[in-house]
Amino acid sequence: MSNHTLKELSAQLAAGACSSVELAQDLLNKINKLNKDLGCFITVDEQRTLAQAGAADAQRAAGRASLLTGVPIAHKDIFCTRGWLTTCGSRMLANFVAPYDAHVVERCNAAGMVTLGKTNMDEFAMGSSNETSYFGPVRNPWQHAAVPGGSSGGSAAAVAARLVPAATGTDTGGSIRQPAALTGICGLKPTYGLVSRYGMIAFASSLDQAGPMARSAEDLALLLNVMAGHDARDSTSLQRPAEDYGRDLARPVAGLRIGLPKEFFSSGLAPDVQRAVESAITEYKKLGATIVEVSLPNMELSVPVYYVLAPAEASSNLSRFDGVRYGHRASEYSDLLEMYKRSRAEGFGDEVKRRILIGTYVLSHGYYDAYYIRAQKLRRVIAQDFTAAFSKCDVIMGPTTPTTAFKLGEKSADPVQMYLSDIYTIAVNLAGLPGLSIPCGFDGGGLPVGLQIIGNYFDEARMLNVAHQYQLTTDWHQRKPPGIS
Amino acid sequence: MIPYTAFFFNGFFTLIMALKLDDVRRVAHLARIAVDDAEAEAALVQLTRVFGLIEQMQAVDVAGIEPMSHAQDMVLRLRPDVVTEGDQRALFQAVAPEIEGGLYLVPKVIE
Repeated sequence: MSNHTLKELSAQLAAGACSSVELAQDLLNKINKLNKDLGCFITVDEQRTLAQAGAADAQRAAGRASLLTGVPIAHKDIFCTRGWLTTCGSRMLANFVAPYDAHVVERCNAAGMVTLGKTNMDEFAMGSSNETSYFGPVRNPWQHAAVPGGSSGGSAAAVAARLVPAATGTDTGGSIRQPAALTGICGLKPTYGLVSRYGMIAFASSLDQAGPMARSAEDLALLLNVMAGHDARDSTSLQRPAEDYGRDLARPVAGLRIGLPKEFFSSGLAPDVQRAVESAITEYKKLGATIVEVSLPNMELSVPVYYVLAPAEASSNLSRFDGVRYGHRASEYSDLLEMYKRSRAEGFGDEVKRRILIGTYVLSHGYYDAYYIRAQKLRRVIAQDFTAAFSKCDVIMGPTTPTTAFKLGEKSADPVQMYLSDIYTIAVNLAGLPGLSIPCGFDGGGLPVGLQIIGNYFDEARMLNVAHQYQLTTDWHQRKPPGIS
Repeated sequence: MIPYTAFFFNGFFTLIMALKLDDVRRVAHLARIAVDDAEAEAALVQLTRVFGLIEQMQAVDVAGIEPMSHAQDMVLRLRPDVVTEGDQRALFQAVAPEIEGGLYLVPKVIE
């Protein structure tokens, strides 16, 4: 009963084929069985989940059910969830029980969705493999020796392993799309400002954006309808009329102009990934789309620009963790300064410290203009490249990642190698554009490949339409990892 | 002054800044992170690699380009100066490492 999409589960609950409590219990049993191997969840709380499911069933019995009432969802452990441990994958917050709900969690709760647990992630969302989590790595359900990607690795692996029909994620440089690609699921990073960042533990505030992860484009649309919306508590939340992101799903894609940036198909792209992405493009041509060559000449600069801006913002955001108001406090110190220093040295892992040091350096006296201001200028150059490209096409397509899932430990020794695995996703965050990833095939070793679809600002409905039409004629999104029922 | 030495790498004109151990210690102090000698040396190796990547930025001419901080170039909204939240001190202090009488406790800073 649990192995269904959101849309199917919604129909089953409405038809009375199962109750929300039965559904939640079934998934909790699965998690109980598989989580030890996969490491997808940091926290599972059966009592809370079942109480919420019971309340959803009561709502339904009272005739007050809406579309997603009683449907389970897992939240990335970056979202404050009242009464739940909210660790952000860090020792710093290993004992932090959130006193309030993130806006995204509030919206899911208000829609009647049932919180199934909190998913594992790279510490403070800094990582591309889920290996920086204080709570241990997540394994890729397709191949346990491989990483699931990151930073939303637990959410991606949980959806791929059918432990939950959908999950929330956050994407600062590719953290929804890259793990979605590496685990064969669908993930959407909305236009910056569409989803409130309130209660989402901040990494790089001008880039962080929450979004849905699920098994089909249809489900992404259902979830984005729930997650998106203005929130006055996030000063960057945009005031726009509510939209139905699923309104265009059925529209044919004949006449769609697909832009292919030549920079997405250059050296460094694995042949198997290139082949799968090109097959997907061929499929779109069959559906009547036309191909336009476009160029994003400064894309390569996106990685260095990102590794100035994101650490700079992180160094500022993470200064709040001082061992005074919440989070880890060292047990031994002689004075206040030492308390700060030891608490932070013990509470943060290596990658987080590295980024705080980079950020502090590029913001420090004498270096601010050479690094931070220069990176902000290049950010505009990169965004302008997209504007020029979108004057010639409706959507941009390419690979989500240069390779399929790499092995655990393969890139953890060299941060630069790890950073370069986000080469195709980072520019989208810098420009603030929406991007999504859907499965489009496998490599020779049976690992999934992701197709990235980038849209113009606020074009989520169009992108979901484009993704859905592909999923009507292909079945990559329905493939399951070996041994998963 | 920025300590640059210039050289050619992979056909790109690149500037590599020589990061020193003292820079790592200084930045760690600014960031309030305790580092011992071994940690500082390990950080130096990794940060040098990362700055090798970052230095690619220096090859591009950015004259006349305005810095971009937000995708939508929006102006921060102002909100009315009114009370919106009730008193939640007890709730928020429940997660604090050490409190007493509604106050956060820290080591003595004034003798």
